Amino acid sequence: MLATASTVVVRRLPTRLRWTTRLASSTPPKFNSVTKEDIAHFSKILPPTSILTTLEPASASPSELEIFNNDWIGRFKGQSTTVLKPKTTEQVSQILKWCNERYIAVVPQGGNTGLVGGSVPLHDELVLSLANMNKVRSFDPVAGILVADAGCILQSLTDYVAPHNHIMPVDLGAKGSCQIGGNVSTNAGGLRLLRYGSLHGTVLGVEVVLPDGTILDQLTTLRKDNTGYDLKQLFIGAEGTLGVVTAVSILTPPAPQASNNVILALPSFNNVQPLFRQVKHHLSEILSAFEFIDRTAYDLAVKHGQGRALESDEVEGAECFVLVETSGGRREHDEEKLSDLLEDLLSAEQPLINTGVLAQNPAQFSSLWALREGVTEAVSKEGKAYKYDISIPLASFQEVVDGTRERLRQKGLLHDKAVKHVLGYGHVGDGNLHLNIVADAFLPEIQDALEPYIYEVVQSLRGSVSAEHGIGAMKTHALPYSKDKASIDLMYKIKKVFDPKGIMNPGKVLE
Amino acid sequence: MRPSPSRLLNILVPIKRAVDYAVKIRVNPQQTGIDTNVKHSMNPFDEIAVEEAVRLRDRLKTEVKQIKTVSIGPPKSLDVLRQALAMGADSAIHVEVPESSPAPEPLAVAKALQAIIAREKEPVDMVILGKQAIDDDSGVTGQMLAGLLGWSQATFASKVEVDVSKGEVTVTREIDGGGEEIRCKLPVIITTDLRLNEPRYASLPNIMKAKKKPVEKLNAEALGVDFTPQLKTLKISEPPKRVGGGKVTSVQELVAKLKEAGITAV
Repeated sequence: MLATASTVVVRRLPTRLRWTTRLASSTPPKFNSVTKEDIAHFSKILPPTSILTTLEPASASPSELEIFNNDWIGRFKGQSTTVLKPKTTEQVSQILKWCNERYIAVVPQGGNTGLVGGSVPLHDELVLSLANMNKVRSFDPVAGILVADAGCILQSLTDYVAPHNHIMPVDLGAKGSCQIGGNVSTNAGGLRLLRYGSLHGTVLGVEVVLPDGTILDQLTTLRKDNTGYDLKQLFIGAEGTLGVVTAVSILTPPAPQASNNVILALPSFNNVQPLFRQVKHHLSEILSAFEFIDRTAYDLAVKHGQGRALESDEVEGAECFVLVETSGGRREHDEEKLSDLLEDLLSAEQPLINTGVLAQNPAQFSSLWALREGVTEAVSKEGKAYKYDISIPLASFQEVVDGTRERLRQKGLLHDKAVKHVLGYGHVGDGNLHLNIVADAFLPEIQDALEPYIYEVVQSLRGSVSAEHGIGAMKTHALPYSKDKASIDLMYKIKKVFDPKGIMNPGKVLE
Repeated sequence: MRPSPSRLLNILVPIKRAVDYAVKIRVNPQQTGIDTNVKHSMNPFDEIAVEEAVRLRDRLKTEVKQIKTVSIGPPKSLDVLRQALAMGADSAIHVEVPESSPAPEPLAVAKALQAIIAREKEPVDMVILGKQAIDDDSGVTGQMLAGLLGWSQATFASKVEVDVSKGEVTVTREIDGGGEEIRCKLPVIITTDLRLNEPRYASLPNIMKAKKKPVEKLNAEALGVDFTPQLKTLKISEPPKRVGGGKVTSVQELVAKLKEAGITAV
């Protein structure tokens, strides 16, 4: 499996990228495998319970390391022999210093919930799990600023700030497993981005250990700090290729007192844009989500029991659906605004919507969300999915989905034994489309029909080949479709500054 | 007052506004009640009752003449009435209770419903209501109402079939270990159980229409009933906190702990 994964990457490496590879290192770095001697050294730094290794003296069986070696989709399988689980920043520093001197490649790992193979070893790199660094360092209930170790699970942080009437600015499906350090390192997007912005804005500081063991303390709790280059931004979304994020200082917004949601059925995709404008105009500050699912995605979600479906006469003639969520400080105020909007929408001379349903209680609220959030699960139940997470102008959403479907049809690949469905859903508010191609099985001819086709389409629209999932090991070859030569050139230079030996998460982000 | 076989059905659905079931209940520091400044919605069993009435109309078409819903409670009870109207009820009665007053007890509610049924111009043939409200869990209003009216009662219904021409209703009841099928003459009181149906979403056009449907406002005086509580609440307290488990390192230790806790092999 490992061979397959890496050959895909190599095979897809566009010719124009080769120069950058040379630029990165004239002689490719040869990394050393972890040895018994290294383990002996690590046991001077860490207690025995923090070392999982299959090397002598073995403290774990190969099967115990599987969850660290494999990504959760099962696409990448590493062969790491050793997982270290430090508890303190000082321990991380000593580990990295040793690895840097010994030329041992290191994969920092959080909850390992990534979708692009960024958090798993590709060969036998050392896995540095942050799971044991799971303490909240401080929380200021007045300013709403939380300082926490990188290994804190997002859900537990949400629970931690909840009694203080605050919420985390980021929320995503994997919240029960993913860690805040990983969220920051991958610049995770998720469901609250429309309202609270990206982590580039809400993260106030980070503590990072650089490959040479230097502890870079950028853990400020300042909203304003214009003093020189903002180094922390480099680590947000660096996917562990520049250093290990060991702690995060993050601004948590006050918890909304009331939430509501509504699903609207639209006769045509063309109505999504004018609808978005109208919804923004009416709801302004209480709008917290504007999610799009096309008819195919809706039908799949319903087929696989994700949330209660709308009545069949209500969905008749609907080409796509939009889920609108409001969150605000006062229920009556929010309901009045929402109700005005819905009345306007229904009484318009040329209505943008066919119909819709408004959640009447928390159970229905969750059920409506399940129709949107359940698409991912429905897709995995339906077949093998090719998933593209792209940023493109909203106006092109449908065109890209239809174009992809048409291309597959022309290639004779749109039938029961090849591609079953082409569907689109995503965060309209953020211009983020999840384009999924559900196939009966992964086939090379489908892959060839999709790539580089989709990347070229994204490029022609000046979009991003990875909106919120990152680059990881999976999309390094596609980076040039979104970033020009000069940008990638600079990225390599930055990498070299922080990690001259290239031990940090090799093969990720940059080839 | 037995309806003649050719008569069309008039259904009354009493509903209650209760703390939403997803809300974590918190007892107030005085231990006199719970924090009510939280999300409220229609009592889930009553939502099932509304749904069943609307489904009866879907099936029986014009044989159902009207579906009227009623709620006894503070001004905000109007919200749940609007929801019932959006789901398909035709009209509503709101028996308003001042915000600060204690919630009426089941017997008072049953008497109020009896008074409402008595003053309806069109005789009511069927009352469908939740088997209990999830706030006080009394679960007696339907039975009391049947007693007061001397009507048939079919409680904990999981299936309802109506034969309008015969003036009969066949109800499957949830009982220990299975279902019990009973046949009653109209008029009848039916209380709903969880498996009866799954309530629909209220669609936007119906929500808009519901705003224009009539809601009659009444109060205790108008009905000649007294909502003064007959029961005294001594104290409300939370159940004891669950004590977390502990880890043991060996089977021997586990066995020792079990013995310590008074658990022995059979």
